[in-house]
Amino acid sequence: MRVRAQIGMVLNLDKCIGCHTCSVTCKNVWTSRDGVEYAWFNNVETKPGTGYPTDWENQNRWNGGWERTKSGKLQPKQGSKWRILANIFANPDLPEIDDYYEPFDFDYDHLKSAPEMKAFPTARPRSRISGERMEKIEKGPNWEEILGGEFSKRSEDYNFEGIQKDIYGEYENTFMMYLPRLCEHCLNPACAASCPSGAIYKREEDGIVLIDQEKCRGWRMCVSGCPYKKVYYNWSTGKSEKCTLCYPRIESGNPTVCSETCVGRIRYIGVMLYDADKIEAAANAEETTDLYDAQLGVFLDPKDPEVIAAARADGIPEDWIKAAQDSPIWKMAMEWKVAFPLHPEYRTLPMVWYIPPLSPIQNAAEAGAIGMDGAMPDVRNLRIPLKYLANMLTAGDEEPVAYALERMLAMRAYMRSKTVEGVIDESVAKRVGLDGATIEDMYKIMALADYEDRFVIPTTHREQVEEAYDLRGGEGFTNCNGCSSGISQGSLFGGSKKPLKMPEEVR
Amino acid sequence: MHNFLFGIYPYIALSVLIIGSIARYERDPFTWKTSSSQLLRRKQLMLGSVLFHVGVLVIFFGHLVGLLTPIWIFDAMGISHSAKQTLAVVAGGIAGVMALVGGLMLFHRRMTDPRIRKTSSSADIGILALLLAQLILGIGTIFVSLEHLDGYEMTKFMAWAQGIFTFQSDAASHIADVAWIFKLHLVLGLTIFLVFPFTRLVHMLSAPVRYFLRPGYQIVRSRRTKPLSHR
Repeated sequence: MRVRAQIGMVLNLDKCIGCHTCSVTCKNVWTSRDGVEYAWFNNVETKPGTGYPTDWENQNRWNGGWERTKSGKLQPKQGSKWRILANIFANPDLPEIDDYYEPFDFDYDHLKSAPEMKAFPTARPRSRISGERMEKIEKGPNWEEILGGEFSKRSEDYNFEGIQKDIYGEYENTFMMYLPRLCEHCLNPACAASCPSGAIYKREEDGIVLIDQEKCRGWRMCVSGCPYKKVYYNWSTGKSEKCTLCYPRIESGNPTVCSETCVGRIRYIGVMLYDADKIEAAANAEETTDLYDAQLGVFLDPKDPEVIAAARADGIPEDWIKAAQDSPIWKMAMEWKVAFPLHPEYRTLPMVWYIPPLSPIQNAAEAGAIGMDGAMPDVRNLRIPLKYLANMLTAGDEEPVAYALERMLAMRAYMRSKTVEGVIDESVAKRVGLDGATIEDMYKIMALADYEDRFVIPTTHREQVEEAYDLRGGEGFTNCNGCSSGISQGSLFGGSKKPLKMPEEVR
Repeated sequence: MHNFLFGIYPYIALSVLIIGSIARYERDPFTWKTSSSQLLRRKQLMLGSVLFHVGVLVIFFGHLVGLLTPIWIFDAMGISHSAKQTLAVVAGGIAGVMALVGGLMLFHRRMTDPRIRKTSSSADIGILALLLAQLILGIGTIFVSLEHLDGYEMTKFMAWAQGIFTFQSDAASHIADVAWIFKLHLVLGLTIFLVFPFTRLVHMLSAPVRYFLRPGYQIVRSRRTKPLSHR
């Protein structure tokens, strides 16, 4: 057993109102720069839809993620190391910027500088890349907002796999949900595996996946390697960039910008302990439907004395073990089993999980006639097809998703009975394998969602990575080229020679 | 002048190449990159880039081996000078045309596509133009070479190149009487060496061979200043 800690996230889609506050605050902090105007480290998609970049979920087209070869080996879907290097001069799987959208701005100045004329002056769009006039904006980062566009296009959504989708184009049967997306900070990142330069790495202490900007050479294999298309090539600097999980905030115990600003309070951040030795086997599970269970098997129970002892031996700080015990992620993913990974079939073992959304009961007019499972409606009568959610969250296995939705319905029934009728109905809880106390805890965390319950983030241990004595009295002065971290690096041209060593690379 | 261009200039160019590259790698690793523009426009790059790179790689290693392998090794292997020259002309010619066609596609794309034109630096355009000129000169030398396939001219260049690398003061005299097109090709080649560290060409030095040597696929970095005791 090799214990490592990972900062994980859960998004409660049941409460997402699609306001895009997460995307906009993230944009303002991280990607309002030349070269990444088109990049949204966090974006919100309306589903069903083809998303951003268009059709990103279709790995037959983009070859992202991993595949299990016929001989049972795990390798990036875009090819083995040889194949990746053979494509280095021209990457056939790389999206073009038009697959995202051509970034644009408007001629605002024309509004005040236009000469007097008959028509009201307008601000017409202009490309942010070439500076040329754009006659028509063809695409944006959220082109299908609230089911925008015709159904025939939106229904190319990959999650309709195995569903008779035609009826969902009819007005009476239409459904929608929001899907906020960011880097998954996977346990088995395909971007890192695809990087020929070895610039992408996972941090040992918190599992955040980062791109070393000085080591990145712009071979752009990570962009095609990531099945979520969450690595972006900065066309101005020639380097790849991605969501950093706001690591400077996480290190100081604060939630990411997207989580902090989420008005629906749908986002949860916490620590998960996992066994690094089990990753390869879990990612290489034979059937794609086994991958969800396999990933559950990688996580370690932070209350198990054996795990605690192993965690201590592996240098995990005491407050991180404590945070793992209080982790809302653990509760939702492991105890209540209401959260699921996004597209586990990509075999990356993603660490941003989702609680599936409840939806109105289909054919509400006939509500009396539909299947009621006791006091609760049958989840198979919900408006969003179960299969659709399962294709998104469990590689098509409907059972776990149905169970989660049932538990969420039970939570509502239990609390309604308690607060409206003043009756504590344990039988509702029992039917979904829970008890009243657990349901009240679920209610507290999932429905009330206080700040302290949503974010249980231990601070980073700087004493393990920095020499505080060297930092003392150095504020504001740098001792190397442009660094102000207080960590002085050795250099060919002088500078401090003491800690001349690279960050340790461990398997 | 001849002695400066072929006796001294090579050392200036090679020194700038080596010292400049080390200094850039050390002081400004952020600028060390391929500057790929595939994201902005796929068209013309998919074919052009492959032709160009494969052609240039064949030519580069052809020159490296052809010029710097001592002549007695070829003699010992029983390869006649004329056979070696014929091989060089044929292989170099094919690769040269590949690189030229690919390069012209890339150049056309860079100059005419508004996205690529707007995001190109003058160094991007300059180095591509320089390489194209060098390719045209190099293919031009083939026509001169075809007139004397005995391989004697070729041995002069080998003697010169090996003379430069073995610090012989009379290296330049070996090629005193070769055709002007060869001399132009050599001077331009040395100039490419000279500007190398200041252009995107440096990305060839970081050809990701280490990718194969990396055990497995994943990289995890630890920031600990002290390693864990039991590992």
